[in-house]
Amino acid sequence: MNPISLSPGPPPARLAERSLLGIEELSREQIQSLLDRSIYLKSRRAQQDPQLVSELAGKTIVNLFFEASTRTRTSFEIAAKRLGAHTVSIQEQGSSLSKGESLVDTLNTLAAMQPDAIVMRHAASGAPHFLSRFLARPIINAGDGRHEHPTQALLDAMTILERKKTLEGLKVAIIGDIAHSRVARSNIHLLTKFGSFVTLCGPATMVSGSLRSLGPNITLTYDMKEAVQDADVVMMLRVQLERQAKPIFPKNEYFQYYGLEIEHLQLAKPEALVMHPGPINRGRELSNEVADSKSSVILNQVENGLSVRMAVLERACVAEAAA
Amino acid sequence: MKRQTRPLLLRGGRLVDPLSGVDRVADVLLDHGKIARIGESLAAPEQGDVYEAAGKVVAPGFIDLRARLREPGLEHAETIETGSRAAAAGGFTRVCCVPTTNPCNDSATVTSFIVERARRRSSVRVSPIGALTKGCQGEQLAEIASMRDAGAAAVGDGDNTVVDSALMRRALRYAGSFGLTVIVHCEDPNLAAGGDIHEGDRAVALGLNGIPVSAETTVLARDLILCRETQSRVHVAHVSSAAAVDLLRQAKWHGAPVTGEVAAHHLALSVDDMPAYDSNYKVRPPFRASSDREALLQGCVDGAIDAIVSDHAPHTGNVKMQEFDSCPFGVIAFETAVALALETLVHSGRTDIQRLISLFAAGPSRALGREPQRLAEGSVADLTLLDLERRWSFDAEASPSKSKNTPFHGREMHGGPAATIVGGRLVWDRDQGFSD
Repeated sequence: MNPISLSPGPPPARLAERSLLGIEELSREQIQSLLDRSIYLKSRRAQQDPQLVSELAGKTIVNLFFEASTRTRTSFEIAAKRLGAHTVSIQEQGSSLSKGESLVDTLNTLAAMQPDAIVMRHAASGAPHFLSRFLARPIINAGDGRHEHPTQALLDAMTILERKKTLEGLKVAIIGDIAHSRVARSNIHLLTKFGSFVTLCGPATMVSGSLRSLGPNITLTYDMKEAVQDADVVMMLRVQLERQAKPIFPKNEYFQYYGLEIEHLQLAKPEALVMHPGPINRGRELSNEVADSKSSVILNQVENGLSVRMAVLERACVAEAAA
Repeated sequence: MKRQTRPLLLRGGRLVDPLSGVDRVADVLLDHGKIARIGESLAAPEQGDVYEAAGKVVAPGFIDLRARLREPGLEHAETIETGSRAAAAGGFTRVCCVPTTNPCNDSATVTSFIVERARRRSSVRVSPIGALTKGCQGEQLAEIASMRDAGAAAVGDGDNTVVDSALMRRALRYAGSFGLTVIVHCEDPNLAAGGDIHEGDRAVALGLNGIPVSAETTVLARDLILCRETQSRVHVAHVSSAAAVDLLRQAKWHGAPVTGEVAAHHLALSVDDMPAYDSNYKVRPPFRASSDREALLQGCVDGAIDAIVSDHAPHTGNVKMQEFDSCPFGVIAFETAVALALETLVHSGRTDIQRLISLFAAGPSRALGREPQRLAEGSVADLTLLDLERRWSFDAEASPSKSKNTPFHGREMHGGPAATIVGGRLVWDRDQGFSD
């Protein structure tokens, strides 16, 4: 089979079901089945199931990272290896001028390698969507620009669901640089699909009114206390300095107004969770006390990332055998 | 444009010339590049040809005030020859080409090159637009007067804004004193920096950088103020927002010597029509909200807008084969402009064919400070023939343009250009193709 099609068009239906470009286009049922599978894989991993490592034996997964990443790339690599797949990692830091060329060139290289799935991170929003129009392989979006980071939203949902019965009716505060955050967009799509109430908070230069159009039950506030009040979950975002061509906030006073401190947690519900996609900037987004407090589930998020990525890789590779 | 022409009789067409109040079926005899006679049942010329124009509208030649022919320097994307053929197939008899070539058209040498090249290779008339500032860099005035004498029809810095207001004021005074219209592209480079599409819900959902309406209106307001102060003729390129149409309308009400244009694709699409990350929809200024599109249509109807342009911007396939934010702006547009305007303005019932013809003929002429051409004996025989009812679909692959970047490939059209006559010679006909 020739894996490359030069005339762009919608990917075949089965392929679209194996790819994971974003949360926005997934149905509630599709998300639920990925979450169920993640939880199941986590339990098998806990039981040290010896069958697990033969699940994706003989499969090749390419990790294509056009943007620096240690955590997500490592997480995907370990997830693939736990399932017995081969992984190839390509780290491209091409200059912005040559980026377009390198993406098309890389496309040809990949076609020759016939990988079973491609995991891709890119600084440009929509880059995996662009590639998916030309490449007949499952593509997993590991973060595209400021658009989406679907596996992060899945692992966040899994982490919440290990501690709360349901996402429905939860008040989730997302605080920080929403404008530049792909984590926020994916989380907003997922949480609102499941009936959570989402409050977005940050300085006006990081929180645009248009964010309300992403889903139902979204409110905006510039006031940290209002955001945290009665929250079940507080998600802190990293300040994306590298995505701001020119700074959009005075950074020395950021923590004073939008940093999470232990006093804030007293306004939240008693069992409230504090989450962060990492890497955390202690003293910029949250205080040491908060980061190390009982409420913090930041390390659980990292751990669940493995299970979620295993489920996503499995969906990308195994469905083919069944087809 | 190139050779001696034989007399040509257009038989039985519907002559529409809003300027002279003409709308009647008649024959037109073209000879020696002019309209020789208009009348009923004219005899076929002995040494000439007859063109059956029954069922077609015969209008004064359409002028495109804004297009990129890419020559010199960017011939991989377009040449004067290929671009002018696409223009002829779009019903245009004259094309004004922006100066952002390589080298930039900021001297009489480059202007002369384009004029000479067009004389030998072009299917339609080509009027170069000279740069307002050297290299379109917005730092010092270009040699405006000598470009005029070499054939430049107007001056302007292409898709660059002159940020320095003092320089802009000086440029208006200087160009105005030589009788040249200054064409302004209104976009504050800081407000638009890094922007990909219209700022709003769609940009936020796609994680793309937004270009706010204020990027257009802040600069437009300044240029209108300078226009009134200097009383030099200003033409506003590709207006995209409702707020900009309002500013333009206000300035006209105050008597400023200003005209404005809209690109045909902005009449047809809004930001919500864009499939996610389809770079064929990436244009500058961006497709805006549907309320903006509605205001542009209204501006065409009520006279706030004077001209419709193609804003033809060819790019070769590989540069559009990139991530969305790396892709250049622009679409190929000669062959779709008239049909899109017909669809959105005439077939939609917003206005009549007379107004549409004004927007493509008299409006652009006046923007250049020229006396509009009439359908009258003795006038230049540049004519655009339209078929108002023909159903067809646009095929970018069949375009004479070297580039294929368009969101309208395969779009069903209702009406469009039927034939293009330049200097009394039939250059292109929908059924027979090009005459050479």
